[in-house]
Amino acid sequence: MDKILRVNMTDLTTVVEEVPAEWAGLGGRALTSTIVVKEVPPTCHALGPNNKLVFAPGLLSGTAASNSGRLSAGAKSPLTGGIKESNVGGTAAQMFARLGIKALIVEGMPRGEGWYALKVGRDGVTIEEERGLLGLGNFAVIDALQALLGKKTGVIAIGPAGEMKLTSANISVKDPSGKIRSHGRGGLGAVMGSKRIKFIAIDDEGAPGIQMADPEAFKRASRIFTKALMDHPVSGQGLPTYGTNVLVNILHEAGGLPTRNFTHGQFDGHEQICGETMHDTIVARGGKPRHGCHAGCVIQCSQVYHDKDGQYLTSGFEYETIWGLGANCLISELDDIALADNVMDDLGLDSIETAVAFGVAMEAGILPWGDGKEVVRILREEVGKGTALGRVIGSGAGAVGRTYGVTRVPVVKNQAIPAYDPRSVKGIGITYCTSPMGADHTAGYTIATNILNVGGQVDPLKKEGQVELSRNLQIATAAVDSTGMCIFIAFPALDIPECLPALIDMINARFGAKLTGDDVTGLGKNVLKLERAFNLAAGLTSADDRLPEFFCSDPVTPHQAVWDFTNEEIDAFWDF
Amino acid sequence: MASITVTIKLFAHFRNGRFKEADHQFPPGVACRDVILGLGFRLGEMGIVMVNGQHAPLDHPLSERDTLALFPLVGGG
Ligand code: SF4
Repeated sequence: MDKILRVNMTDLTTVVEEVPAEWAGLGGRALTSTIVVKEVPPTCHALGPNNKLVFAPGLLSGTAASNSGRLSAGAKSPLTGGIKESNVGGTAAQMFARLGIKALIVEGMPRGEGWYALKVGRDGVTIEEERGLLGLGNFAVIDALQALLGKKTGVIAIGPAGEMKLTSANISVKDPSGKIRSHGRGGLGAVMGSKRIKFIAIDDEGAPGIQMADPEAFKRASRIFTKALMDHPVSGQGLPTYGTNVLVNILHEAGGLPTRNFTHGQFDGHEQICGETMHDTIVARGGKPRHGCHAGCVIQCSQVYHDKDGQYLTSGFEYETIWGLGANCLISELDDIALADNVMDDLGLDSIETAVAFGVAMEAGILPWGDGKEVVRILREEVGKGTALGRVIGSGAGAVGRTYGVTRVPVVKNQAIPAYDPRSVKGIGITYCTSPMGADHTAGYTIATNILNVGGQVDPLKKEGQVELSRNLQIATAAVDSTGMCIFIAFPALDIPECLPALIDMINARFGAKLTGDDVTGLGKNVLKLERAFNLAAGLTSADDRLPEFFCSDPVTPHQAVWDFTNEEIDAFWDF
Repeated sequence: MASITVTIKLFAHFRNGRFKEADHQFPPGVACRDVILGLGFRLGEMGIVMVNGQHAPLDHPLSERDTLALFPLVGGG
């Protein structure tokens, strides 16, 4: 039987609960957001005892379904002041699912100065005092835990950034090769740090495994689903070969590659940091151009990037990070960016928030444009050691802007805007404005239709059709985020008619349910509305659903585009 | 004008065995389609066709100093 694990960090007790009937059909984001909305007072301090940190595997996690191993984490965000869900690959989701853990809820806050670790296993969860690993980076924590608990142990951890409760702190999850993937956005690592939990170790020895209502039907649907993933040129070929970084050249060409802290739409050094160059570099140095962030990923957009000497430098080297330190900070040395990525992983910092914070810091004159070496030094010596400057940078782009009086600060709901300029790719601007998560490209990835010609075509430079496009994608994404699926299944799902029905058939076969496409859309709508209601109750208003002023006044090259949506047009997003 | 110069940019695996960027001469008003076929591509391979940074249909006529960018179907996020 599936269960809920509840950990109270105030009195250091744990309890195993039955899954309430109304949560039985939920997983991933639908479940974390439902629990946060039900149990967290919206006006609480995100780093206080009344916030809760919730982990939930997706509905299909732990099954043989391709790309289904994503774990959702949810809480009130200390960065945005609203609700947050962030999902990640790695091994933890599948271990939780096999252990029958529908959700892990961490509540309360220790009264003293001690630190703790959680151990999750067949019999539930225990709390132990932790001393030895405090202050260590994520890689050292994982190495130490693997030495202590065995190679197979699952790990969910925070680095020094989380211990310091910096609002860019992420939560890192061990991947199948002992490296990490991250619950990146919204400062969830600070929430875990506020609960004084350094890591959660997972042991799935003797796990009951997944009960499948209709194994045959599942197999049938799973085959169709996997075939769709392999057949689509983006998921079957493009992503595995070039990773997400193929986007550098595409966005450069389209004039939507934010450059020099969102001053221009194109970057002269694009060829040095692009996916094509990265692919050739990886192959020449004996790295891995394709790599999955969890077992069962058939797309494998990730990669292992080696340095000049053929030694591991980083993995999961994403377009957004490369754009953020590359075009946005004018750093054209891919090796410098890779090293910074590795340091951010180790400290446990969101690489999007931090890269954008560096762009604002460069604008403020704290360090020179394009100085990758200084970025690495600041990460190690200032953020890593918790100096005042380091804490400002580690608190995100908004904090840097406020501290140094910068007006070009690309954030929505205080969360940094990622790698697509909303003036020249207007659909994504609607997503940035309206997503309850703050500026988040994955919440409704209109780039697919605005730029990549997936799921039709909507002209990126015109206003027509953008609100509807963003709405449809945000609804679909909220549903997909609840299944445990990686969002990249959206590429085949938008183009191949059998893909989405097969996904729904798998859910039905797993739970003996009879969901239809409409039910799944309904789930997506409900999740969005729940999240929005939490934000409104937390004090956010439609005035928070806006882009910063400079996007309206400063045209971006080469198309001289500005953000020109009226408030009414943006607010119409919520008419559903 | 006897002919026009168009800058052609290729991306991702389109570069393999071809080029990254090159200037080619064409008759004025040549359609994107004819340039693409002339380079030995099948139309079905085309993911994104951009002229001067904007999506263009295959029958879009090219002018002097246009930049034609060709991408296979790729994506990320
Ligand atoms: S496609 Fe990429 S992000 Fe998605 S599951 Fe695979 S490796 Fe992870």
